[in-house]
Amino acid sequence: MNFDDTPQEAEFRKIARDWIAANAPKEFEEELSKSSLGRIRLAKHDMVEVGKAWQKKKAEGGWACLHWPKEYGGRGATPIERVIWQQEEGVYGKLTQPFQIGEGMCGPTVMAWGSEEAKRRYLPKLASGEEIWCQLFSEPSAGSDVAGLRTRAEKKGDNWVINGQKIWTSGAHYSDYGLLIARTDPNVPKHKGLTMFFLDMKSPGVEVRPIKQANGMQEFNEVYFTDVVIPDSQRLGAVGEGWSVSLTTLMNERMSIGARLATGVPEMFEFCSNLMLEDGLAIDDPAVRSKLASWAVKASGLKYTSYRAISALSKGERPGPENSIGKLVSGLMLQDIATYAMDLEGAAGSLTGTDEAQANGQFQQMLLSSPSMRIAGGTDEILRNIIAERVLGLPGDIRVDKDVPYNKIPTKGR
Amino acid sequence: MNFDFSDEQKQMRDEARKFLSEQCPPKAVREVLDGKAPYDKALWKGLAEMGFLGIAIPEQFGGAGAGHLELCVIAEEMGRALAPVPFSSTVYLAAEALLIAGSDAQKQKWLPKIASGDAIGTLALFEGKGNPSPKAVKLTANGGVLNGVKKPVADGAIADFAVVVARTGSSGRESDISLFIVDLKASGVEVKSLTNIDLTRGQAEITFKDTKAEPLGAAGEGWSVITQVLDRAAVLMAFEQVGGADRALEMGRDYALDRIAFGRPIGSFQAVKHMLADMYVSATLARSNCYYGAWALSTNAGELPEAAAAARISATQAFQHCAKNNIQVHGGMGFTWEFDCHMYYRRANAVALGLGSLSYWEDALIDRMRKKNAA
Repeated sequence: MNFDDTPQEAEFRKIARDWIAANAPKEFEEELSKSSLGRIRLAKHDMVEVGKAWQKKKAEGGWACLHWPKEYGGRGATPIERVIWQQEEGVYGKLTQPFQIGEGMCGPTVMAWGSEEAKRRYLPKLASGEEIWCQLFSEPSAGSDVAGLRTRAEKKGDNWVINGQKIWTSGAHYSDYGLLIARTDPNVPKHKGLTMFFLDMKSPGVEVRPIKQANGMQEFNEVYFTDVVIPDSQRLGAVGEGWSVSLTTLMNERMSIGARLATGVPEMFEFCSNLMLEDGLAIDDPAVRSKLASWAVKASGLKYTSYRAISALSKGERPGPENSIGKLVSGLMLQDIATYAMDLEGAAGSLTGTDEAQANGQFQQMLLSSPSMRIAGGTDEILRNIIAERVLGLPGDIRVDKDVPYNKIPTKGR
Repeated sequence: MNFDFSDEQKQMRDEARKFLSEQCPPKAVREVLDGKAPYDKALWKGLAEMGFLGIAIPEQFGGAGAGHLELCVIAEEMGRALAPVPFSSTVYLAAEALLIAGSDAQKQKWLPKIASGDAIGTLALFEGKGNPSPKAVKLTANGGVLNGVKKPVADGAIADFAVVVARTGSSGRESDISLFIVDLKASGVEVKSLTNIDLTRGQAEITFKDTKAEPLGAAGEGWSVITQVLDRAAVLMAFEQVGGADRALEMGRDYALDRIAFGRPIGSFQAVKHMLADMYVSATLARSNCYYGAWALSTNAGELPEAAAAARISATQAFQHCAKNNIQVHGGMGFTWEFDCHMYYRRANAVALGLGSLSYWEDALIDRMRKKNAA
């Protein structure tokens, strides 16, 4: 048991480190290190533009999507080399946020199901950040039950015509392409009537509208499709096989190892070390210490769980299912930590201004944003189902709509 | 990075699991539970023959000289099987204290006997309610003679010797505390068994009246040794706890797959699935913290105090959580004497206290994290 690199890994790390030292945009280092929770923003620069510049530079140096084959814009690196790169990229990795959906989900799906021509055309530009991709799966009444989606794709000659609506699409407003799942046959049970496509987000009939979220911010979008035409050559997988194709996408989402999960624990530790209560520092209060300790061991447990996955990769093995716990643990913890930090501030805890609230209102912002952490990318409940079924081998839920044609399923809600 | 046990260590785990499933099935645990024996003597002998009792004891003192990673592997299996033997008292506490502070002669005298199963040892630390603290030590040592009462002492009624924490000064500092080794069969020692929630493991009250004792380690350095011993034992006990948590989770999972209610396996209900998923989450977090503890223990890293506290807290929480919800998944059957669920529940809650309670370790963790942050 050790934390040392193998000689090959150490050599790779040195190459990566040297390249980063010579090429990283150091002018943003401080600002990036400070922003640890929630979405990253740069005070005087556009996040997407700065990100694109860094991604382009990485692509030229052979460091973009480095685990992809060279012919598709990658480096042909091993999974452990990818992890080492992420460790070395450090705070600059935050700049890759606009590309994460493309790299993590859309790219692998095109790689697995696209034609050779499509792969050569789209993947290198996705890797270099020249073209940004978004993922168009969720709908107003198809979130956890995404296979219940309504957006229709109808065949007209060599084309498909799309009508419907998607929601919770990150980055739709700056994306060039989108991965779209739509219903091609409503007369068969819901999982069997779906087909996967990709489309140009500038196509006529595509309308992107930002969503004003519960936390007051606008990070996600609704996307409306009115008679949008997609050529059949932009179909991924067979007609009616969209569900299987989507599993490739979702599997990749959950396999990202060493993902930078915020837990809120370092911020909370710092906060309690400085907050003066009536009887002294918060961190000297036994009740505070007890809670802090419980959160600290969750955060360290997540960190060492990822180390176990990295070790498996280093040995060329497939990581176990342990990594599936990450978001489930960290999402709830962020919400609890924010609530407790504000509790310690008393009535002033509700203030969000930079003067009154401690630490520039970061916990207040965390409180308002944290509900989305427990919903996006699989709700807490869906994640527990996944652990129960795929890890513990418990039976799937009894599905009353399983063998019912889609157009006979009762629907309500959004 | 290789944050995992080696293939040889995993093989040892498989051997230990096989051995314990044969020699320590629930039926054997119940012999002790039902009061038919104070501990499983045959199993104790068997563990000695397998080389498990002396796995981390150097060869020159009669052990296998393997190391602490191997001991962690065995500890996990002991916890899984609820082994009703004085393993933790003898191996994690007495042997570790001897390895840290013992003279060559003391090591020669006791360690080979521990490895061969001929001596049971324990640590006499507590004196009634409260957590480990130098202030709580009232038992005195004067001129090599002990006077005072220790309770609870784990496995005290079956132990051959004890490492006794005694007061040798009254300055109010940690340096007032020294350690002694006492042969519990000697005169001036009175041992009384105490009942406790875990019926598969004994607790005792030991009264020392002008008892002759031999110093262990330098005078005034007792508390520093005890702190190290508790940290090391915390990691090892955390592996026992993770072993127990995993087994409780498996029992719950198996029952949920088997039991039919409302016309379907109860494991298909989300209320039950989610409970089991949450048990998996705690057990996984605990295991990962334990691995870090194992690394720190086996390399004697400066990170050990923090790693030990984290492993201890995480594993205590996981075992309590899994044992409690295992009963819940079983429903009424889980509350019968006949089903084994209560044995895990009893063990989980007893070992949560033995080395100091959860709040004690939470407090320790925060102190140690602060120290690290300040450095």
